[in-house]
Amino acid sequence: MSSTNRFAYFPGCSADSTGISFTKSAEFVCKRIGIELVEIPDWCCCGTSAALVTDKNLAVALPARSLALAEKMDADLDVATGCAGCFNSLKSARHFAKQSEDNRAYVEDLIDMPYSASNDVFSFLEIMHRPENQELIKNNMVTTLHGLKVASYYGCALVRPSKVCEFDDTEDPRSMDELIELVGGEAIDWGYKVECCGGSHNISDPKAAKKLTERIYEDAMINGAEAIAVACPLCFLNLDMREKELNAIREAEGKSLFNIPTYYFTELLGMTMGGSFKELGIDKHFWPAEDIAKQALSARTQSDDTAEAKEVAK
Amino acid sequence: MDTTNLSNVTNAELEAADRIGKEAGVRFDDCYQCGKCSAGCPMAHAMDYVPRQVIRLLQLGIVDEALNAKSPWICAHCMVCSARCPQGVDITATMLSVRREAKRRGLRPDKEADIFDDIFIGNVRSFGKSNEAILAAKYNLLSGHLMQDMLNAPKMAARGMIGPKIHSVKDKEAVKKLVDKALSKGGEQK
Ligand code: SF4
Ligand code: SF4
Repeated sequence: MSSTNRFAYFPGCSADSTGISFTKSAEFVCKRIGIELVEIPDWCCCGTSAALVTDKNLAVALPARSLALAEKMDADLDVATGCAGCFNSLKSARHFAKQSEDNRAYVEDLIDMPYSASNDVFSFLEIMHRPENQELIKNNMVTTLHGLKVASYYGCALVRPSKVCEFDDTEDPRSMDELIELVGGEAIDWGYKVECCGGSHNISDPKAAKKLTERIYEDAMINGAEAIAVACPLCFLNLDMREKELNAIREAEGKSLFNIPTYYFTELLGMTMGGSFKELGIDKHFWPAEDIAKQALSARTQSDDTAEAKEVAK
Repeated sequence: MDTTNLSNVTNAELEAADRIGKEAGVRFDDCYQCGKCSAGCPMAHAMDYVPRQVIRLLQLGIVDEALNAKSPWICAHCMVCSARCPQGVDITATMLSVRREAKRRGLRPDKEADIFDDIFIGNVRSFGKSNEAILAAKYNLLSGHLMQDMLNAPKMAARGMIGPKIHSVKDKEAVKKLVDKALSKGGEQK
């Protein structure tokens, strides 16, 4: 593991489209705490599940090309990415190449480029959760979340399979919860942290996808969450964009309605570091997210704020 | 419960089961049918065969039935089953492997999913990156469904999430070559 805060950056295809708020808020936090991201020159799509269901070799070749390009740029840098799906694809390709010298050579032949598989891959969540970065986050806080009740949602691709992801606990991950608590939120206990949101079925089987999303909101609501935090653009889209549709269905069924905004965990961190909603992309959500964010930030008076910020910063 | 006459299982099916298992890196005999995979599967409610049953079909060599099942196409690849199997059976890899074998044989028990993935890969082959706007337009055309509705395209455009700009790699030829080479191996790894 590289100990520096400098990374070869894999933005992923959603970075300046559907995942724009993740990109903005993550880059904001990185800049504030001195994480340097050097974009991998000419990186390509990781293939995501479309490659996986199409062909095993394709699912290795696409991410491996970007990893090899990262190595070519600077062999000492590990790779950082925001998207959980990209993380999983990149990490899987590396895992495959790491299995044996045969595999590594096979990958090289597949992509027609040298690839040593020496650089590792990390998600923003894992990087920001490192103790030294938690320290930096703490030092850069100007306010806190004032006990905002947050359900941390990890989904599938960051933690499974564990031998590939090498990150946190498969059934009860804690890293996002800990970051939420670091900036003064209350990480609530709930049961759907690692349940699938159905994101991959958003398009081909929207009915099935909605059912999965609804379970997540339901459990968050029952457990008193005021907000859900995510670390993946696909999970975000699937939760944020579906809430209104789900409520319409629930209203017709006479069920209670959801009113829980979803945030990227980086938006919540950035908020406490003085980032404006616009800078962080909080103004771009489908489900209105600014009011609850404002409430969280101003839950105390200004003077309390400063006192508490100092308290946390200690 | 239905009974199955195993003498109907053909040699071709047994060979296919071997191949599917090899591609998935799974020995189907490891499964003792406890059902834990199916209990935690978020898509089981929509499947014709729950994950445990898919493995059972493969254990018994009833491969044609597995290849025509919708389950591998309904599977969301969430990997919960594989993470929880007490026997270390990689069910997710099995679902993928069955689906790819079905695809290679031109079977598409779930046309919708297949159309989308084909367009997605075609998009990546041409541009090296995935473009949501092109993806949506082509999907609408080929499936007769409006993905635009699904993705709230007007709202996305209003938020600057999607636009007319096409994202693409510089070295398009390299990506095209890489995609074609990977696909030319017919699913065999090494
Ligand atoms: S959890 Fe494993 S052993 Fe149990 S039925 Fe599923 S595949 Fe078989
Ligand atoms: S990977 Fe597929 S089969 Fe396994 S639990 Fe998830 S949806 Fe079910």
